[in-house]
Amino acid sequence: MTNPVLTLNNVTKRFGGLTAVGDVSFEIKEGEIFGLIGPNGAGKTTIFNLITGVYTITEGEIHFHGNGKPQLVAEADPYGTGFWNDLKRRFIFKPNKPFQIAEMGITRTFQNIRLFKKLSVYENVLTACHRSASYGLFVSFFPWKVPFTDIVLPPFKGVAAQEKALNEKTEELLKMMGLWEYKDMTAANLPYGLQRKLEIARALALDPKLLLLDEPAAGMNPEETLALVDLIKEIREKFHLTVLIIEHHMDLVMNLCDRIYVLNFGRYLAQGIPEEIQSNKDVIEAYLGKEEE
Amino acid sequence: MFEWYYLSGILILCGINLMVVLGLSLLTGFTGLFSFGHAGFMAIGAYTSGALATMLDVPFIPAVVCGGLAAMLVSFLIGALTLNLKGDYFCIATLGFGEAMRLILNNVQFLGGARGMTGIPMKSDLTVVAIFVVIAVVFMWFLIKSRHGRNMIAIREEELASQAIGINIFKYKMMSLAISALYAGLGGALWAFYLGYINPAIFPLLKSTELTIMVIIGGLGSITGSIVGTFFLTFLPEIFRSFVEWRMVVYGAAVIAVMVLRPQGLLGGIEFSPTGIIRWVKNLPENMAAKKARKLQSKAQAGQGGE
Repeated sequence: MTNPVLTLNNVTKRFGGLTAVGDVSFEIKEGEIFGLIGPNGAGKTTIFNLITGVYTITEGEIHFHGNGKPQLVAEADPYGTGFWNDLKRRFIFKPNKPFQIAEMGITRTFQNIRLFKKLSVYENVLTACHRSASYGLFVSFFPWKVPFTDIVLPPFKGVAAQEKALNEKTEELLKMMGLWEYKDMTAANLPYGLQRKLEIARALALDPKLLLLDEPAAGMNPEETLALVDLIKEIREKFHLTVLIIEHHMDLVMNLCDRIYVLNFGRYLAQGIPEEIQSNKDVIEAYLGKEEE
Repeated sequence: MFEWYYLSGILILCGINLMVVLGLSLLTGFTGLFSFGHAGFMAIGAYTSGALATMLDVPFIPAVVCGGLAAMLVSFLIGALTLNLKGDYFCIATLGFGEAMRLILNNVQFLGGARGMTGIPMKSDLTVVAIFVVIAVVFMWFLIKSRHGRNMIAIREEELASQAIGINIFKYKMMSLAISALYAGLGGALWAFYLGYINPAIFPLLKSTELTIMVIIGGLGSITGSIVGTFFLTFLPEIFRSFVEWRMVVYGAAVIAVMVLRPQGLLGGIEFSPTGIIRWVKNLPENMAAKKARKLQSKAQAGQGGE
């Protein structure tokens, strides 16, 4: 439990003159559930977008240690303004793209659910399993799906076997998340809580080391929220995951998280175990306002 | 109704259109990128194969394949420049490409300029076109069912989420564009060998839009839909040929009617597959029973309402 998985060093993100995230540093340790909380607009989702490469960071750097050696996830763009710097940025600066970060083992869910809406629940997860198969583009043109073709054309044997493995993995994931009975339903027609679960299932399909959950309990009733706490604990054990979670439901955060980092207006406010945060004066002030003397 | 010679001509035209529409269906229906420049890729295929056949005496099939590959090569260049554009901007870039291609061919005297290229052996008969089309449909079918096809569909549905599950969207858009250009190039080459004479005026913007209309009328995201759409819109003007100047009005009215009555296209999102049909037949008795039950229920409810 002592090795770090993700480290943020003095990460800053500015949009024009607005500092969305200012000088944030924290370290997430292997196997823990790390909570990121703060009032609305504090920059929590921006931090997720910085980690997953949706935005480039302005200052600082982010490292990922999940694969044995430290890997640079995101680095600051070193070029200033001006024409030549713009050109250099365009052609020389190559930050990690979101898909490369996903390949490293960091996957996420979205605050405003982004499922493949017109596809079925099953197809949503099956698509996400694609990294577990390795067959190339060329063989996928040939009729690998027709029974007995693999006898005539041995190269396609691998394709059919890999596809079968993908389907088995999808089935296992859906059954574990309790979505198996909805497998043929179109994703957009699912109830809100199940859509959030499906997003988690889809993120797990890549066998991540670090899972980023952006408000997984939004739109869930108290019972569903309690069930979600158990589910997140269960998947952490099963997949040996580290979890970074943004949440507004305080009971969920306090029940689930090992450590909590509090942001306010994009800056550090407090960090510690749930009990410390609950009794922290600054945090209470940020959430509820100052007590009048 | 038709004489066989006339009918086979229309069928060949259907097959050639279908080649291009299949490719376009991959790009538009499955990857979500609208293109108004596929006549440009057809032109590249047609001119390459035509030039190879007339100037270098390359045999029919190799010339056609080279035509397809040439269109594919050009698509890599076009894709590298334009695939970072989003939505409508990509569409406009392809529109520019299609028109540019036609104007370039208009002015290259080596390839005949505006007079066109003559003397291409007329070797595209129904058998050859049918073989090409069947292979094209089978290949496209299995591509769509593979993990690569699923990744393309994911990009159509939600770009950001597909990046978050590790899909390299630029690479897959490029694949999709290249394959669709290959199909368009093959279609164009077959057309050149059917007509025997090609000129830049047969690849106008209208041709590109016609192909896109076929994909949309057939239904986005459906291979069988593309087939139905192509046959429908290729036969329609021929059936009404006796009305001469009114037939294109009928064509336009039919397109509008389909869009109003079935906005998702004739077979939008529906696919006729052998396994699907077997499953449908198997479930038929159950579905009929369920339908009957529902009817009875609604009747009973109506009865109650009446009281």
